[in-house]
Amino acid sequence: MKSLRSRMSFYAGFVVGILTLKLWFDRQVSTLARDQDYQQELEEEKKMWKKEGSALYNLKHPHHIGEDKRMADELYKKVRILCWVMTGPKNLKTKTRHVKYTWSRHCNILVFMSSVDDPDFPTVGLGTKEGRDQLYWKTIRAYHYVYEHHADEADWFLKADDDTYVIVDNLRWVLANHTPDEPVYFGRRFKLFTKQGYMSGGAGYVLSKEALRRFVEGFKSKQCTHTSSIEDAAMGQCMEKVGVLAGDSRDSSHRETFHPFLLEQHLTFKSYKSFESYCYYPVLEGPNCCSDISVSFHYVDAVGMYLMEYYTYHLRAFGYRHRYQPPTPPGYSINKSESWDAGKKDKKLEQKLIHPDLSRTDKRQSEDPPPVDGKDGPPAAEGK
Amino acid sequence: MLSDGCSFMKGMLLGGVFCLVLSLLGSFNFSPESSTEDHHHHHVYAPTKDELKHLSDSRVEELKNQVRVYCIIMVQPKTLVYWATVLDTWSKHCDNAVFYTSESSKALEAVDLNEKDDWARLRKALIHAYENAGDLRWFFVAQPTTFAIIENLKYLILAKDPNEPFYLGNAVKSGELEYVEYSSGIVLSYEALKRLMTMFKDESQCPERTHTLWTMGEDKQLALCLKYAGVFAENGEDRHGKGLFNKQNVVSMVKQSMQDNPTDVVEGCCPDMAVTYGEMSPNQMHVMMFGVYRLRPYGHDFHDWITFYPPKDSDND
Repeated sequence: MKSLRSRMSFYAGFVVGILTLKLWFDRQVSTLARDQDYQQELEEEKKMWKKEGSALYNLKHPHHIGEDKRMADELYKKVRILCWVMTGPKNLKTKTRHVKYTWSRHCNILVFMSSVDDPDFPTVGLGTKEGRDQLYWKTIRAYHYVYEHHADEADWFLKADDDTYVIVDNLRWVLANHTPDEPVYFGRRFKLFTKQGYMSGGAGYVLSKEALRRFVEGFKSKQCTHTSSIEDAAMGQCMEKVGVLAGDSRDSSHRETFHPFLLEQHLTFKSYKSFESYCYYPVLEGPNCCSDISVSFHYVDAVGMYLMEYYTYHLRAFGYRHRYQPPTPPGYSINKSESWDAGKKDKKLEQKLIHPDLSRTDKRQSEDPPPVDGKDGPPAAEGK
Repeated sequence: MLSDGCSFMKGMLLGGVFCLVLSLLGSFNFSPESSTEDHHHHHVYAPTKDELKHLSDSRVEELKNQVRVYCIIMVQPKTLVYWATVLDTWSKHCDNAVFYTSESSKALEAVDLNEKDDWARLRKALIHAYENAGDLRWFFVAQPTTFAIIENLKYLILAKDPNEPFYLGNAVKSGELEYVEYSSGIVLSYEALKRLMTMFKDESQCPERTHTLWTMGEDKQLALCLKYAGVFAENGEDRHGKGLFNKQNVVSMVKQSMQDNPTDVVEGCCPDMAVTYGEMSPNQMHVMMFGVYRLRPYGHDFHDWITFYPPKDSDND
């Protein structure tokens, strides 16, 4: 009797021993892995950004092996963009972090705006509460903060949400056709509430330096106040009051660049009447919804951020010559045939080959999108 | 009571030691196995820039002509939405895209093979493709959920001779048989297809209908027939070892990478010159079409040594 009991206790002990050690082992391994990941993250971040207070200054414009980035680099130097991202403490780990690791790496200066100060992330505490009704307060305070601390360090000031994906290189193309002392702002133009229209909040909008100055002055002189909590419409009303123009951000083929919904949704929308009723410009279905050099998409979740990054900067068709060739902004020119390794070979080929589409892409300035299912191309009247 | 407690403690101690020993052994066991796997694995890479630089203009033109692709897209009326999406998107970049269906559909045109059996249907499609190839020398077999970037396929096979037997894609092993997985696309050179035609006549080694209780997937049966003809599966990869033919769809690959490489999600996930993604929904295909052929960052150029032009009569690329 006794020996059986002691044998059973032995076996029980054996099993418990295995389980305990396994648990302890696993926990050690996972904390070690987590620490390693965290260390790696900090290392990566130090290479990307110089942290000064609550702002992140870009140290290296991300580079892809084998690409010719000369035009992008020139634009990076001449069209300096400060990106501020509207977020909150609850979203830092689930959303904002992924913004930090993807598109925001292409901004010249980056500031995360929250209701609460966080010196590590870092985020600026705007002294508001969280919630949809606080959006305009946050916007007002964020732009005032940016004006106070960074007005001379950038030319354009972009507002984005933590679920907006922005292709900053393409934003530079749009803005390169203008100067920062123009009183103008760009985004996805909607037509209600104001005469000249206003810009969708979710799709992101960007103010010129002059527009920012007038915005801040407007509040000082009480021309602008917190009129409503509908951030984008209220912003539009203030902009109109202080004489800032609502710009046309479409590409040279009249395709929209800022988008208030996901890429998937814009590509597959079928005559979405209520959406069309508040868009300033005609809504086109299918791939003409969106410019090749689109600037923003909205409602992008964490996975979506990396997916958009992959589609924009990584995945491509080898050797493919795109149908749409965006015109070079005035004042920028890169002599592509010299000093860069490749390109000489196929230039000869291009001349030899007779391809019908080549002639279409040469007519850049008057290029129209191909008609989609019987709908006509660009509208007769263009607003600016 | 005390002796029980003692036994318990002894047991615990021994259990702990046992666990340690097991985990140490476990970490040693896997490394030698994986190295032998790589040794027998056949890889196919795209040509490097240096390899292409030395080619003359006329040679480049010859090669571009040689890599024209005949796409074999296997559809069924029950996958009509996928069929329509493939027709509307990536298949336009094939030099000849032919849809092969199990039964005819009033909505879309296809070669009606009138065959319900998957293996028999694949055989018939391959025979039809061989007989109607014209002067095309490369064949790509896809399923309705496959999205392929034909330019990247052409780049991969650019320097390969179609008079050699090539059978490429996402090569996986099932026991002793190495085969190319179906949903990530199967690439066959003219020589491989020619040898397959000969094998099809051999009913003993490569029967049209198997009379066994279980059936091997048609991709495995294809591999077997090709193996008897001396053609072996090869894996299409980039120089970083990333597979260019992907069975999973791009979203699930990104999700996986978020877990595995949280600080380097995109770099750790998917190749720049991916050839295929499987399990793609119609909407995902529209997004990928835009993402590949349109969306790009202004000011970033790749001066590739070959130029592929957009196809005529197309407006979403």
